[in-house]
Amino acid sequence: MAFGQGRSGGRGRGDKKDKDGKQGQRRPMFRRRKVCKFCADKIDDINYKDAKLLGPFVPERGKILPRRISGTCAMHQRKLQTAIKRARQIALIPYVTD
Amino acid sequence: MADRQYELIYILPPETTEQQATELHEQVAAIVSRLNGTIEKTENWGRRKLAYEIGAYKEGVYVLEVINGGGDLMKEIDRRFKVMDQVFRHMIVRVDEEKKVVERTRTKRQTESERRRVKRGLPPQRQPGEGRSQDGDDNDDDRYDGVEV
Repeated sequence: MAFGQGRSGGRGRGDKKDKDGKQGQRRPMFRRRKVCKFCADKIDDINYKDAKLLGPFVPERGKILPRRISGTCAMHQRKLQTAIKRARQIALIPYVTD
Repeated sequence: MADRQYELIYILPPETTEQQATELHEQVAAIVSRLNGTIEKTENWGRRKLAYEIGAYKEGVYVLEVINGGGDLMKEIDRRFKVMDQVFRHMIVRVDEEKKVVERTRTKRQTESERRRVKRGLPPQRQPGEGRSQDGDDNDDDRYDGVEV
């Protein structure tokens, strides 16, 4: 009994996945183009004293937001990284929060 | 040697009075002038909440000093701050090189845009009421605005 239920559940999931796949082929999921915030706003100076600027790149947990998610370009991510690390040292930004 | 610029930032306990802060500033100024440096500016940020607890402190008085001087001067200041017990956190950052780079990119962008505008037969500076308005609805359309995977 239990076994039969499990199997039917499994099939159900499989079916759903199949449908999703077809839908995906027909209409690809829309993803907005990510642009580096610093390039777009022409911010040259990423300063560790400006906690307001760094805030969006340090989510709740306190980790640095990866480039893959924020869309920041390599050069600016590098500058952002040093700025965040400096800001952490003087307690403007937390190292960890939980 | 003395054309380097550093930022010194230190945190004092929240109960520090204005007078104690100025006394400490004078101590710093004395070291700086003794080793042929100059203080460009001093900023007292006042009491701020710390992002995490340092020892028993949850708040602190932040003071920022921009100092022109050599590496030996900053080394001396660093040494003094390490033994000072009224300062519970300090940091020294060299800023002149970064500042130069920022200045260069800014002027480069400026001249580049002017050159392109002149090429298109426009006056070099942007005129008021020209181009798309800043509060246009598609202004930040394709920019990141939240977590997406």
